[in-house]
Amino acid sequence: MAAPTIPAQDIPALPSVELTARPDDLFNIDAALTEEERSIRDTMRAFVNERVLPIIGDCYVEGRFPKELIPEMAELGVLGATLPEEYGCAGLSSVAYGLIMQELERGDSGIRSFASVQGALVMYPIYAFGSEAQRREWLPKMAKGEVIGCFGLTEPDYGSNPSGMITRARQQADGSWVLNGAKMWITNGSMAHVAVVWAKTGDSDDASSIRGFIVPTNTPGFTARDQKGKLSLKASDTSELVFQDVRLPADAVLPNSGGLKSPLMCLTQARYGISWGVLGAALACFEEATAYSKSRVMFGRPIGGFQIQQVRLADMLTEITKGQLVALHLGRLRDAGNFTPTQVSLAKRNNVDIATNIAREARRLLGGNGILAEYASMRHMANLESVYTYEGTHDVHSLILGQAITGLNAFS
Amino acid sequence: MKIAVCIKRVPVMEVKFAIAASGTAVEEAGLKYDVNDFDLWAVEAALQLKEKAGAGEVVVLSLGPDAAQEQIRKALAMGADRGVLLKADAAPSDGLAIARALAAELQGGGYDLVLFGKMAIDSSNQMTGVMVAELLGLPVVTNVSKLEIAGATGTAHRTLEGAIEVVRFPLPAVLTVDEGLNKERLPSLKGIMAAKKKPLDVKPAALGEQKVSVRRMELPPERAAGRIVGEGAAAVPALVGLLQTEAKVL
Repeated sequence: MAAPTIPAQDIPALPSVELTARPDDLFNIDAALTEEERSIRDTMRAFVNERVLPIIGDCYVEGRFPKELIPEMAELGVLGATLPEEYGCAGLSSVAYGLIMQELERGDSGIRSFASVQGALVMYPIYAFGSEAQRREWLPKMAKGEVIGCFGLTEPDYGSNPSGMITRARQQADGSWVLNGAKMWITNGSMAHVAVVWAKTGDSDDASSIRGFIVPTNTPGFTARDQKGKLSLKASDTSELVFQDVRLPADAVLPNSGGLKSPLMCLTQARYGISWGVLGAALACFEEATAYSKSRVMFGRPIGGFQIQQVRLADMLTEITKGQLVALHLGRLRDAGNFTPTQVSLAKRNNVDIATNIAREARRLLGGNGILAEYASMRHMANLESVYTYEGTHDVHSLILGQAITGLNAFS
Repeated sequence: MKIAVCIKRVPVMEVKFAIAASGTAVEEAGLKYDVNDFDLWAVEAALQLKEKAGAGEVVVLSLGPDAAQEQIRKALAMGADRGVLLKADAAPSDGLAIARALAAELQGGGYDLVLFGKMAIDSSNQMTGVMVAELLGLPVVTNVSKLEIAGATGTAHRTLEGAIEVVRFPLPAVLTVDEGLNKERLPSLKGIMAAKKKPLDVKPAALGEQKVSVRRMELPPERAAGRIVGEGAAAVPALVGLLQTEAKVL
């Protein structure tokens, strides 16, 4: 039987490009985006170039998240950008959202992490599992950046195995809740006004009793402590949360959350954004390395003329191009409603891995200058070690893929 | 307040240009395009005037290829209300032909202000705005770097070499915008999505007769390599001598 032919008009026009004209887009992936998607990317790129890049090196060295950018990001519509307009959000497509993450992380993984957590880990669960009253109360203020959120799932002793969590929410006779426990590695933790906290409502070994709670951070018994001594994601707020007899009203629970599946659905959203975001970090490193290789003269000629640096750059461009195609296809799947957590595992695992390698190779190409905060590559390199580890470590995603391939579960 | 802003699609200037095979134009392959910088400030000025007035309409007009819709959409994403593209295969090199087509579209539109950037950064002609004013019989103020509108009267600053000229003009008027008037806003993501739904009329440009055409385009000559005359204080006499006799700058 002959293979079905695809009508020519269904294939988007993808004219080839000269690498000299567009050094970061040999495959003209640009042309596979819609005009709106390109506009959104270009707007975010302009924002990052003007507002993030001039300050981010200093923020990193000082260990400071640039809070002053939050109102501007909100004004642009970055926060919770895929959620519907009726809640004050931008209602964007998955690919547009991915491009926003890419451009933010071209600036710094800490900036992208802030937006990921606010949107995918706090606004999304309130939208997906919250009551209509909860949505109306929280989402518009969070889209405006007036309320900052954080997400509490990981605990000091339960990272890759969150089902073992010991944080408990006990329902009282009057329907109210009392929360006890602790959460660790919480992005936005110290500056957040509200936390979405995951806790067991039943027995300590009953993961099906996990529910999400909306916890205002000024509730008595709630404390957040800044995580000291980070050598990565230094321009990001990372904190530990402690709950000691935190009393919450009956309606603090997210009514439609149930079991570990609910927080994992949030993570799938965030991981999708990461699979795009890290490409921004990779592009920043590739562009920095390319420019440096053409201007840095050693042995009487630009170091870009040496074969070893050309191999580095060729590997970088190849991996970025493959990563972009994976992210774009995944985004189109998501918009078509055919999107699985396993696909997200593949994309997150691959793209973070290649970005981490690209950042390291870029830093090496930059020689001694590569260790300075004046250049971006080492900052991205250090950041990406966190991104490699959070939102499902590289290794855990390997096991998710391994299970999908073999049908055999390596976790238990 | 009803304001028209005329914008041009121009190549982003950070690339190295090549001459096309025709020898009369820039090679378009690999170029990225954006709204002409000065025109973006004109759009921003119009939006600010409308916001200050609390009501009104900002109409964005461009003459150019079909792809210039992308630049009009950008202005719509920034907040303009509707767009008109006067379609031509390429922007003609005869400024008067362009001005006639724009004036024909603007005529009878009831605009209080018609704004232009003071020049297009690709062709450096600086002629369209003033020609449109002439064709419409309206007062024109060029190179506006500060602007205030009170009722039917406007006051504009023009930055001259070493001085500022303050001029007053009645509305309706045509203005060309200089650097320093404002800093254009980024289109918000919601604005970009909303721009899709705003009206954008595409119609053929009534260009008429074109008398000026480009005959040839060439790249500037390569700069000759520098020359090291010598080192340290010993080289000074030779250097001064060459600056006098060869460079003739002393």
